[in-house]
Amino acid sequence: MSETARAVQATAPVERRAAAIEAALEAQGWKAGEGIAEATRKVEEEWLPANGARLVAKAWCDPDFKRRLLADGRAAALELGFEFPRHHRHLVVLENTPAVHNVICCTLCSCTAFTIIGLPPDWYKDLEYRARVVRESRTVLKEMGLELPPEVEIRVWDTTADTRYVVLPMQPPGTIGWPEERLAGIVTRDSMIGVARL
Amino acid sequence: MDGIHDLGGRQGFGPVRHAPDAPAFHAAWEKRINALYGLAVRRGVFNMDEYRHAIERMEPRHYLSASYYERTLTSLATLCVEKGVVTREELERRAEGAFPLALPAAAGRTNVVTRPRLAVGDRVRVRDDHVPGHVRMPAYIRGKRGVVVGVSPAYPFPDAHAHGVAAEDERTCDVRFSSIELWPDAAEPAMVHAGVFESYLERDGSDGR
Repeated sequence: MSETARAVQATAPVERRAAAIEAALEAQGWKAGEGIAEATRKVEEEWLPANGARLVAKAWCDPDFKRRLLADGRAAALELGFEFPRHHRHLVVLENTPAVHNVICCTLCSCTAFTIIGLPPDWYKDLEYRARVVRESRTVLKEMGLELPPEVEIRVWDTTADTRYVVLPMQPPGTIGWPEERLAGIVTRDSMIGVARL
Repeated sequence: MDGIHDLGGRQGFGPVRHAPDAPAFHAAWEKRINALYGLAVRRGVFNMDEYRHAIERMEPRHYLSASYYERTLTSLATLCVEKGVVTREELERRAEGAFPLALPAAAGRTNVVTRPRLAVGDRVRVRDDHVPGHVRMPAYIRGKRGVVVGVSPAYPFPDAHAHGVAAEDERTCDVRFSSIELWPDAAEPAMVHAGVFESYLERDGSDGR
């Protein structure tokens, strides 16, 4: 097709474009269906925020584990049997304190430690969050429902390389002494991204 | 490249459309495309840097109007066409309409020979480099001063890896910048960190080294 002809032809709807590439790859002998089934299973059953929640709850209950988690997040996550894609060689765990609040983003694309905190939510990938959170973090957090006291230092972490970050939220005072499993139940994806406190 | 994808610090955007239980996917085709691009990476058709760069090469108006997974779809299709796995004609015949792809890549580059070997605590300045191909240095840190607070294992150098150029793996530094250094008198106070390859950095001369 010439460029002129292409210019006048209407763009196919995105669903048809998606079906077209899938069918074309299938025709090349790719086992697309199997790949899709396997990835869907991982997304729905394995790469869940519950993984990160277990890390957080264990860190709250076990000071030695917390030390290891802060020193080498990847090694600590592997202890619990979690996996990482090949290009995630490093996981940095960012500890929130009464004086410091951490929040993660990816201004260039949408990188996250998805095997630990789940695939990123839609708003994390939207232009608004990517553009604004590095420059007006306090306002963005407030708009998202987290109003931090003015004396709290905000640390924004832009995932511009292959290092992955996860926030270790503060344990709510009313939950001291809870069993680990119950604690894991209160840790949200948003709190590990850093747009919420617990 | 100074592309439209490089959004950090851009002004004029409205509120984040946030919901506590926001989904990652909105349609079944999005899950399928996300899986297919992962399959393509595992099959060695392209690597993650080529994948990211093909998204960055999307025509700017297309990039801004496309959903996240439409960008994934466009990158996957572009690279499959560029690598000779499928033809654009086949895709358009099957889609029964035009199938916009990303625009061609500029040349890549290899590591900076004089790059410093850095450690936590080192004061650095981001080089004032303008790279036409893939680069993982957001424009908002270009030329800015900060402090190294972390160092990663070595990774493929994206400026080369996205273009099939030979290069040594490089470490990245987590560099801490003050938002006031990044946008003088035009940002809310915060510490902003980026993961920065050593080729993008030089020592900040003011510390005497």
